[in-house]
Amino acid sequence: MAHWYMLTVVGADRPGIVARISQCLYQAGCNLGEASMIRLGGNFTIMLMIQTAQPRRQLEQALRPVTEELALSLHLDPIEGHLHEHRQPDVRITVFGADRSGIVAQVSGALAEAGLDILELESSVAGSRQHPLYIMQLEGVATRGIEALRQALAEELPQDIDVRIEPIDTLVG
Amino acid sequence: MAIRDILVYPDPRLKQVAEPVERFDAELRELVHDLEQTMDAGPGAVGIAAPQIGSCRRVIIIDVSSRPKLKNHGRLYLVNPEIIHWEGLETGREGCLSVPDYTGNVVRAQRIRVSALDPHGRPLELDMEGFEARALQHEVDHLDGLLFLDRLVSRRHDLFKRKTYQARKDKP
Ligand SMILES: [Zn+2]
Repeated sequence: MAHWYMLTVVGADRPGIVARISQCLYQAGCNLGEASMIRLGGNFTIMLMIQTAQPRRQLEQALRPVTEELALSLHLDPIEGHLHEHRQPDVRITVFGADRSGIVAQVSGALAEAGLDILELESSVAGSRQHPLYIMQLEGVATRGIEALRQALAEELPQDIDVRIEPIDTLVG
Repeated sequence: MAIRDILVYPDPRLKQVAEPVERFDAELRELVHDLEQTMDAGPGAVGIAAPQIGSCRRVIIIDVSSRPKLKNHGRLYLVNPEIIHWEGLETGREGCLSVPDYTGNVVRAQRIRVSALDPHGRPLELDMEGFEARALQHEVDHLDGLLFLDRLVSRRHDLFKRKTYQARKDKP
């Protein structure tokens, strides 16, 4: 019986990581599900759902030549996997300001309390070494409406952080 | 007259360029009726195009009146619609009855002028903007064998490069 696993791969970015890993999984007879692959601070990171009837050991062994050659660290965790169950976001929030510790905790804390379920979050540190700039974009479901999010952020956010909240109205046709 | 099955990608009929309607007869009325019933039976669609129910004709319905705060013309039954003028670009999220369980960002013109015929063959000219204009462009794409998947832009960034916006195909 086939099971779902979450494959996590992290390593210094270099050409060919995605091609080598996916080829290896294809040859091992795995189905691929949803994935997020992104470069973070010079590292390449992969989170990938894979479905296979093979035991975990065997799959790790099949991937070993690639992970050793490319110096990647790898995790394989059995998960409860479901496809075709996307939730649609109804709000997009962009946050930016001078980088300092606590922005994410403050913003996400205020939003969670106001009913936001985060579906996707991407953040980056831009600017320069002297003046780092923190930028975060997230999409989610405002379970208590967008106005509740606006209020929560207006009350709790420091003045030097800029926030934009936009509804996402998905057109289906 | 009936609710019809919606074709789902990769059905090749969704990739065909639909034929202009020439006769405004009972067959056309039945097509319009089926389209309407099928759209209303689906989950919250604001438009539908004849190719989605397997009819290779240039007929669409759009109706964004479920968003009363947005400018709109109510329910429109449009035959041989053509966009004769467009202005501005805007990114927005789209999904499609023919592409279940996926949505993505697509760049569309903000304001358009549309010429079309009504189901009796009378000419119409309409100015549309925003969500309604987006709905019309999505449906006219179906008539040209295009899906929103053909126009996806990055999911993560709402900024876009204007140069990457594909020019609309010339109408036959
Ligand atoms: Zn569609």
